[in-house]
Amino acid sequence: MSALARIAAVFALSVSGIAHAASTGWPLQEAGTDVGSLASLQRGARNFVNYCLGCHSAKYMRYSQLAQDLALTEEELRASLMFTGTRIYDTMESAMTAEQGRQWFGNAPPDLSLIARSRGPDYLFTFLRSFYADPSRPTGVNNAVLPGTAMPHVLAPLQGVQQPRFETTTGEDGREVRHLVGLDPGGVPGDLPAAAFDSFVRDTVAFLEYVAEPHKARRQQLGVWVVLFLLMFTAFAWFLYKEYWKDVK
Amino acid sequence: MATQEAPAVPGRMAALGAWIDARFPMSTLWKEHMSGYMAPKNFNFWYYFGSIALFVLALQIVTGIFLTMSYKPSAEEAFGSVEYIMRDVEWGWLLRYLHSTGASAFFIVIYLHMFRALLYGSHRKPRELIWIFGVLIYLALMAEAFFGYLLPWGNMSYWGAQVIVSLFGSFPVIGEGLVEWIRGDYFISDITLNRFFALHVVALPLVLIFLVVAHLLALHEVGSNNPDGIEIKKNKGPDGRPLDGVPMHPYYTVKDIFGLGVFLVLFAAVVFFAPEMGGLFLEAPNFEPANPLLTPEHIAPVWYFTPFYAMLRAVPAFAGTQVWGVLVMFAAIVVLFFVPWLDRSPVRSIRYRGPIYKTALMLFAVTFIMLGYCGLKPAAEPFKTMSVVGTLYYFVFFLAMPWYTRIEKTRPEPARVTK
Repeated sequence: MSALARIAAVFALSVSGIAHAASTGWPLQEAGTDVGSLASLQRGARNFVNYCLGCHSAKYMRYSQLAQDLALTEEELRASLMFTGTRIYDTMESAMTAEQGRQWFGNAPPDLSLIARSRGPDYLFTFLRSFYADPSRPTGVNNAVLPGTAMPHVLAPLQGVQQPRFETTTGEDGREVRHLVGLDPGGVPGDLPAAAFDSFVRDTVAFLEYVAEPHKARRQQLGVWVVLFLLMFTAFAWFLYKEYWKDVK
Repeated sequence: MATQEAPAVPGRMAALGAWIDARFPMSTLWKEHMSGYMAPKNFNFWYYFGSIALFVLALQIVTGIFLTMSYKPSAEEAFGSVEYIMRDVEWGWLLRYLHSTGASAFFIVIYLHMFRALLYGSHRKPRELIWIFGVLIYLALMAEAFFGYLLPWGNMSYWGAQVIVSLFGSFPVIGEGLVEWIRGDYFISDITLNRFFALHVVALPLVLIFLVVAHLLALHEVGSNNPDGIEIKKNKGPDGRPLDGVPMHPYYTVKDIFGLGVFLVLFAAVVFFAPEMGGLFLEAPNFEPANPLLTPEHIAPVWYFTPFYAMLRAVPAFAGTQVWGVLVMFAAIVVLFFVPWLDRSPVRSIRYRGPIYKTALMLFAVTFIMLGYCGLKPAAEPFKTMSVVGTLYYFVFFLAMPWYTRIEKTRPEPARVTK
């Protein structure tokens, strides 16, 4: 695109406010995560390392921070969460390079350090539960939240593969339009019952929320004391002000 | 001796003070601007925001200095360095949230401070220059915020800057060259980031500090206005001090410390519990690194620019160019400079004005907030119509001011300040 065309495009976009890559309108389910639960975060960390880290990095998250916040010793961390050869002060890099990602999936899998802050937990929860069989896709699956996603259904062994339910309506121009209206458990069952799979995803999303802002819990704990102190400070300031001003008529 | 006075013998501190005073006007400055500066005694709620704005400026400078120690102004490293601050730098997350929340707080405080001037006629003769310095501060603040917003190098930073910089491209003939000159490149790039960093951390803070000093010097030259809009200098006691005045220090220092405390409680509540403020202060797309190939779903500037963004979008293209919207947006700022001369009312304060100005000003406040809301929304109905109506009223409020403030019957001002 030439510089002029780019300017024109951006300007048209800004002035008309045309939204790009509009969301599908697929309703998001509430993730219902509990980031305060250490057990949930530990399970989520295990899920993340086993199922996500193969392709996705969390390149701003340090193992050492993880150990501290998830109450794990270095030995425990090494035994269950770290690849061989990584050091405790390393960040969570994926074994797969971006170039390999592009070659194998057509797209470098995004880094997941901040995905919970850019997309929100409900989006992640719904996304991970909304894969369905679609033979037209190279991966054999599609996703109701992110149609055309390059991501394969990594959790298929746990969830099974859902079957889509479509409804066909006739548009104003007389053409038939097919809408995805629901997802049903399919012929291939997974290892986990539906409820157990949901809590598996919930733990994973909780872990991603933690990874997106490791100091969040500390921030909120500290905030209570800061606000209490400031309230007290303000009360004293009020009495000081009243004392000084009592003679001003 | 039952009561004991302080010893008359000068202590070491007093001796040091005398030593400095012989070489630098320390006591004189203190007396002129603090202990001897007589401020009206009837300041109300609206008079806290000046000192709070000064505090926020100091906060932004101090947190900014510490952020600069770990931030890397390059397209490759900027986004990562912000995350490094958030995760690995000791108290880095606090510095960053203080700074990002401080930016929004600055605008809230400044908007309230400006509204106060419109309430009590603080811009009227002889305080026109205080107002003009103030509008310049507001302009510099907008530039400062705009340059700073690119620095995290998130996707909203990138596309927000892209959209705003390309506004200049709508000017005929010079537009394209102007945009390239601003960016230093054919698109927002590493070069743009570097120059925005220079402007954000050096140039505009200097301009801001200079303007704030000028604003305060002008204020202390003519003295503060007050909610009654009358001159306290007209009623002086035998000692030559205004009867309705109190020394700035200690009276308003203690009062402003209380005001600052209330502000800080609210400020800390945002910093510690809602630093994103539901996506208004820190937007979700900005947690993805800048990507020239991927436009965020809905590009909107940060909330403090949205009233003007709504005006920009409210004006349709005409004669094959979009430049009119840009001109209207700039005019919305320029018109502010003329307010001291547009207001022709015989009284300053809203307390002694009639229902026309009261209604006009309240409607203006509602309109400004409505425009800000429309600017956050996609350009669809009903926001389009609301933006058009809002833009029209924004200009009617100012341009019709000479007429409606003159014809209106006002009540007589009191001779002395009231409670």
